[in-house]
Amino acid sequence: MAIDQTDPNPNQSKPSKLRWGELEEDDDLDFLLPPKEVIGPDENGIKKVIEYKFNEEGNKVKITTTTRVRKLAKARLNKRALERRNWEKFGDAVREDVGSRLTMVSTEEILLERPRAPGTKPEEIKVAGDSLAQLSKGGAVLMVCRTCGKKGDHWTSKCPYKDLAAPVETFVDKPAASETSMAASGAGKGAYVPPSMRAGAERTGGSDMRRRNDENSVRVTNLSEDTREPDLMELFRTFGPVTRVYVAMDQKTGTSRGFGFVNFVNREDAQRAINKLNGYGYDNLILRVEWATPRSN
Amino acid sequence: MRPILMKGHERPLTFLKYNRDGDLLFSCAKDHTPTVWFADNGERLGTYRGHNGAVWSCDVSRDSTRLITGSADQTAKLWNVQTGTQLFTFNFDSPARSVDFAIGDKLAVITTDPFMELTSAIHVKRITRDATEQTGESVLVIKGPQGRINRAIWGPLNSTIISAGEDAVIRIWDSETGKLLREADKESGHKKPITSLAKSADGSHFLTGSLDKSAKLWDVRTLTLIKTYVTERPVNAVALSPLLDHVVLGGGQDASAVTTTDHRAGKFEAKFYDKILQEEIGGVKGHFGPINALAFNPDGKSFSSGGEDGYVRLHHFDPDYFNIKI
Repeated sequence: MAIDQTDPNPNQSKPSKLRWGELEEDDDLDFLLPPKEVIGPDENGIKKVIEYKFNEEGNKVKITTTTRVRKLAKARLNKRALERRNWEKFGDAVREDVGSRLTMVSTEEILLERPRAPGTKPEEIKVAGDSLAQLSKGGAVLMVCRTCGKKGDHWTSKCPYKDLAAPVETFVDKPAASETSMAASGAGKGAYVPPSMRAGAERTGGSDMRRRNDENSVRVTNLSEDTREPDLMELFRTFGPVTRVYVAMDQKTGTSRGFGFVNFVNREDAQRAINKLNGYGYDNLILRVEWATPRSN
Repeated sequence: MRPILMKGHERPLTFLKYNRDGDLLFSCAKDHTPTVWFADNGERLGTYRGHNGAVWSCDVSRDSTRLITGSADQTAKLWNVQTGTQLFTFNFDSPARSVDFAIGDKLAVITTDPFMELTSAIHVKRITRDATEQTGESVLVIKGPQGRINRAIWGPLNSTIISAGEDAVIRIWDSETGKLLREADKESGHKKPITSLAKSADGSHFLTGSLDKSAKLWDVRTLTLIKTYVTERPVNAVALSPLLDHVVLGGGQDASAVTTTDHRAGKFEAKFYDKILQEEIGGVKGHFGPINALAFNPDGKSFSSGGEDGYVRLHHFDPDYFNIKI
């Protein structure tokens, strides 16, 4: 049994104008019209009906009606099964009171989760506009590789000499120093950098780390599990120089916890990124991008 | 899809079975009462009271009148499906693990665990049409494999019995003489205990799931390996879709390690694989513990899973499931 559920959205194609000479009287021009066409229904149940007719002004109008045909589940009419349907309850089921709620429908919608998006692999989102692409070029000057020291060629994470470089023994602290110094010297806008934040300054672990993480830091939540730091970098670098990208990982499972932080050199860039990317669809999810609030402890 | 949650069991689920028409779902658990549910809305129809130990597996006759259950109380019982009354009790000297009716429901194969000095064994029992004439005599007893035999099922035309268990070897036995006909190749076979075994709808091949984190598809006659599905969790339960070329694997880390990690680490999803391409199609989440039992409705439009968490989750597929392309 099929039921036609119509949600008509007639697209009126551009009427091909009849010559006025051919238009004698407005009667019986139907033979001029192409016959009605029916396409489908295809495997998605989409059926197209293309009709032609004349409107009041005598113009030929093509009307395409797209409908979806949905098959309703056929009720199983097995006689034995129907009989069983009326069987008396037995065992513990007899004493079952209505409120026992042994059977419940899940309140949660469970989907068959695909390992990756159907068809294509998740790809990074296209740059939203030319201005953004320009910005990324401008930011290239600030792109200083911390491993090999090359300017404007690649990010530290993409450094080809990464494996050759001596391992950084305190990964958290050291980049912090170079980052801030870079921010101070590179930004070149005379932004004030407190002495404690300047390169080479004496540092004390915890508070400093938080300080660094707070600087123009943008919190990105509702990331898909497949999003890795390079993906975020790809996404955010279009807005301006990025000093740090971090995606929170679950230590036990090794999967993403669905949020991350991005630090910008310039606050304006960060603000722009927030304006642009908050609510942006990324890998089937809608991103939430906001200023990172300092941890309250 | 919104699964239907059935909380009738107090202890972990062990086995699920649909009847042939797909309107009844039988569930076995470590609590002592197998339960029957309506497979469409999950309503409980009844329970089968009488066992005094964990019930490891069950099978229902083709006409849905008789149920056989195997339990750790060293018995296998025949039940009247409609009324829940016991028809007969087969007594053994060790826990009964797996039960399976032969085609035609005139024979049943029951496996028993190694216990005390006894080794594991496969028993073939004759099932009489009239329950009053039923006797406990074994037509055939097969002994030999080391360790527990987790599952034994009938091969084509009831001429063979396929067994698999803790020694990770799949064996095909002659059901008349009890002779060992074939043994799975050590090279291509499972490396760890086999936990589950399921026949395809047409009986031409079967799927085994193992703790070695893989499931393998075998030809039922030649016992040649057809496909291997590799996953990242020990496989406790397998099921084959009767409708599409899909296989479902259920599992998760060992129950004893569950509480030490969070539920995402346990990987308690039912994983769908393409039967032919061996590629993962997707996962269905929901259980809070490993999946111990899986069963496909014979119409292929719904499946149910039973977990260590004591829940049976009955999933009716969304229409788009049937159009999934890899």
